[in-house]
Amino acid sequence: MSKIRLLVGTRKGAFILTADGTRKRWKISGPHFAGWEIYHIKGSPVDRDRIYTSQTSAWFGQIIQRSDDGGKTWNPPGKKPEDLMTPEGMPKGESNMFVYDASPETGKPLTTHQWYDGTQHPWEFKRVWHLEPSLHNPDHVYAGVEDAAIFESTDGGKSWHELAGLRGSDTGPKWQPGAGGLCLHTILLDPKNPQRMFIAISAAGAFRTDDGGKTWRPINHGLHSQYIPDPAAEVGHCVHRIAMHPSRPSTLFMQKHWDVMRSDDAGDLWQEVSDNLPSDFGFPIDVHAHEPETIYVVPIKSDSEHYPPSGRLRVYRSRTGGNDWEALTKGLPQRNCYVNVLRDAMSVDSLEPCGVYFGTTGGQVYASADAGDNWKPIVRDLPAVLSVEVQTLP
Amino acid sequence: MIRVVLPPHLRTLARVDGEVELEVPAPVTQRLVLDALETRYPMLSGTMRDHVTQLRRPLVRFFACGEDLSHESPDSPLPDAIAKGSEPFLVIGAIAGG
Repeated sequence: MSKIRLLVGTRKGAFILTADGTRKRWKISGPHFAGWEIYHIKGSPVDRDRIYTSQTSAWFGQIIQRSDDGGKTWNPPGKKPEDLMTPEGMPKGESNMFVYDASPETGKPLTTHQWYDGTQHPWEFKRVWHLEPSLHNPDHVYAGVEDAAIFESTDGGKSWHELAGLRGSDTGPKWQPGAGGLCLHTILLDPKNPQRMFIAISAAGAFRTDDGGKTWRPINHGLHSQYIPDPAAEVGHCVHRIAMHPSRPSTLFMQKHWDVMRSDDAGDLWQEVSDNLPSDFGFPIDVHAHEPETIYVVPIKSDSEHYPPSGRLRVYRSRTGGNDWEALTKGLPQRNCYVNVLRDAMSVDSLEPCGVYFGTTGGQVYASADAGDNWKPIVRDLPAVLSVEVQTLP
Repeated sequence: MIRVVLPPHLRTLARVDGEVELEVPAPVTQRLVLDALETRYPMLSGTMRDHVTQLRRPLVRFFACGEDLSHESPDSPLPDAIAKGSEPFLVIGAIAGG
């Protein structure tokens, strides 16, 4: 029988939740990296025992951790566990080094972006928000970081280099931080075209490369954001997350600061599909594993009131790719609920029927084993959940 | 022998218990202590000072002999008691946030 492994990043450590294919009884291990913020933890689709973790701290900076045994043991990338038993065997700190590319040979790396007061501000690395392992090679992984940039490792996380064409694109000086910082939080890899990737940045927008990351262009046409001077500007949109179904990588779904959007031409043009949602503000958006037109969002009341409308935690599902939304409430608190669900804190498994999972800032992780019709909390009292990823294991 | 006390999270990263003892050539300075620490435990690179600029991370403090030396030049000699090993050099995670 298949198994499910949930990888949960929280404000104070990582947790690994496992169950068999019935998804009824869960075992919880953790906290791993106790006391550290775990912005993201994600497994390789090629080697499911290979898991990458972003461990970060305002005090001590960025650490990358890697497991090669499905999360049982962890090490900084670069050494075998037995090598770490002596000081001489400690890996170099390169696995934690995210240094912006300043070389003239690799394009036009910028040194500044727009700051809150309108002045230009130097790029300063703060943390890794998102790790996206390659679809083809477990040693190949991308990292989306704050201040916004994309890095790549081709040696299993031992060392990182920036794909500087993104930050060096002409729009870079216009990017500005959202309330959470100038973060690159979403990386989507096109399974049909290895040269194509999509990324999203708060608050700059969505971008696409068609040449494996050398050059990038903004793909924000059709977005309308009242909170910037030109609501239809090329960049400046606070995109919260984008998602795709692997069978149709040219169809993208977006949860923007306000507005749920879709594009059917790889981001060249977006149209709003919020329609009957009680609020079109929110953070996560995800796609059913087997139904490319079934999508999920969690409406949040407003940009200054980060909790569900009316204190009722509702996932909304559209089976028509947007515009026609139904509230999913069974098993979710329908009164006095004032948690948030962050952008990377929703995920789906690939079992039949599709499982849907999300974590809250109140520390609950909810699961549905029937595509959202019914929900149960797997665990109720974790630290605030930052990210949830699913591995479906044979 | 220089004695260094790391905060708990850095002890976990470095996989050490208790104090760390380091050989540091005279004159002993903050920079030389941190260099020796990162050489012995490379995983600590970037956790106390920036990888590139080598500036102290804002929420990391350096205490010694009852004094906060965080704002001293990294090349100033440390107190004799640190150089002789009678007092430890303390790396502190600042009291800020939760």
